[in-house]
Amino acid sequence: MLASPMSAQASQAPVTAFVPEQCCLSIQQFNLAYAGKMALRNLTLDVPRHRVTAFIGPSGCGKSTLLRAINRLHDLNETVTHGGHIQLEGQDIHSSQMNVTELRRRVGMVFQTPNPFPMSIYENVAFGLRLQRRLPKRKRDDIIEWALTSAALWDEVKDRLHRSAWQLSGGQQQRLVIARTLAVQPDVLLLDEPASALDPISTLKIEELIRNLKSQLTLVLVTHNMQQAARVSDYTAFLQHGELVEYGPTDQVFTNPQLQRTENYITGRMT
Amino acid sequence: MDITSDTHSQHISRQFNQELEELKTHLMAMGGLVEKQVQDAVYALLEGDSRLAEKVRDNDRQVNDLQLQIDDECTRVLARRQPAASDLRLVLAVIRATSDLERIGDEASKIARNALLLSENNGTIRGLVEVRHISEHVRKMLRDALTSFARFDTELAMQVVREDESVDDEYGSAMRSLMTFMMEDSRSISSVLSIMWVLRALERVGDHANNLAEYVVYLVKGLDIRHSDPDTLDQKVLKKP
Repeated sequence: MLASPMSAQASQAPVTAFVPEQCCLSIQQFNLAYAGKMALRNLTLDVPRHRVTAFIGPSGCGKSTLLRAINRLHDLNETVTHGGHIQLEGQDIHSSQMNVTELRRRVGMVFQTPNPFPMSIYENVAFGLRLQRRLPKRKRDDIIEWALTSAALWDEVKDRLHRSAWQLSGGQQQRLVIARTLAVQPDVLLLDEPASALDPISTLKIEELIRNLKSQLTLVLVTHNMQQAARVSDYTAFLQHGELVEYGPTDQVFTNPQLQRTENYITGRMT
Repeated sequence: MDITSDTHSQHISRQFNQELEELKTHLMAMGGLVEKQVQDAVYALLEGDSRLAEKVRDNDRQVNDLQLQIDDECTRVLARRQPAASDLRLVLAVIRATSDLERIGDEASKIARNALLLSENNGTIRGLVEVRHISEHVRKMLRDALTSFARFDTELAMQVVREDESVDDEYGSAMRSLMTFMMEDSRSISSVLSIMWVLRALERVGDHANNLAEYVVYLVKGLDIRHSDPDTLDQKVLKKP
């Protein structure tokens, strides 16, 4: 069943084989170019609310570019031009009414390498909160405990909140970064290869965290690790050469993809 | 999206291609052995060849060993390659198919055991016509099911699925005739009961061949047609009106 509007100019119409649930992010005919070189072509897809959606595809297919576009991280790059729309809960993120700082509060982002600030664990999580509003200390402490608990880190750091965040292991640092993002209560969490620099146990902890977080917010995951996409995501979008090739429930994409291009990629065949 | 028999030989990893090819080759070898077991068991019964019947009984161990070997290969592929899409479906289909082939091997052994019992019987054996007829039917089903697996041919697989119903009808009618024989001549009860067990075993072979054909549809089209309504199957699988 084709449920999403098809991108008219795509070289081959993408397959969207499901009826989207309640939509959180709606990407419509979105194009993006770096210095005139097209990186994303006519992408149209809806990201369901309170679900994990994975973007998979070969290097250079545009999945990270798309993730960054959702957070408007390309704003400062003057060579980037874009067309089409990205709507967050019905509101265009590029509209003049959209405040970029507010957008980035609502759409948090976590990168491949953990990037805690050179300050204490407590101050890392409090950082976004302090920028956002003044809060009584007790209230702030509660939010920090909640964020660290949500990021499955509280039990490991509760006795050393005022020690440097750099003393944490890589996996703990990544969960701290997630806690820092959660503290400002975003609607969406974008994860760009969040576990690719971590060992298998830390990776599993991050994956477990992703699964637990979806009751609170919408998650979008970019990953090169297809088993990871298969393990944690509810929906999977396969991108190639800046185009959306296939988008559907993860179970279907990994057991019975509709297109040969998807099949070739996820099973490691020559294309 | 349908796949073809070449699909599993196009991976970037040649070793993975080889592992999947071996799974298919070993499954076909097991299929060939099981097919021969059924053929020999029926021949031994019809011709009263007790030596051949004993051979069938003894060969069942080879069938069991092949099942263990192929299952082990499948486990290794799952653990080491984490296959997806058509690769995953191939491994699942092979695991399921080995189980059915092993059961067919068991049915061939049952037929051979009854052939041995009947070879000691000096009187006329009733029901051999029915055995010959149904055995030809189910052996064709088994052959076609294995061919459809080797060629990834869903049309042939669907023919096997359709045949199963007529084997069930033939089995019901043969059982009614055999009951009549038993009522007419109580001295024949023991031999007719053996023939009934043989027919039952053949009917089960037909069921397992039907299962194999269903796995082919799953493998090629990703459609699980087990427990589906037979009236809508063609439309579902072959997209015929």
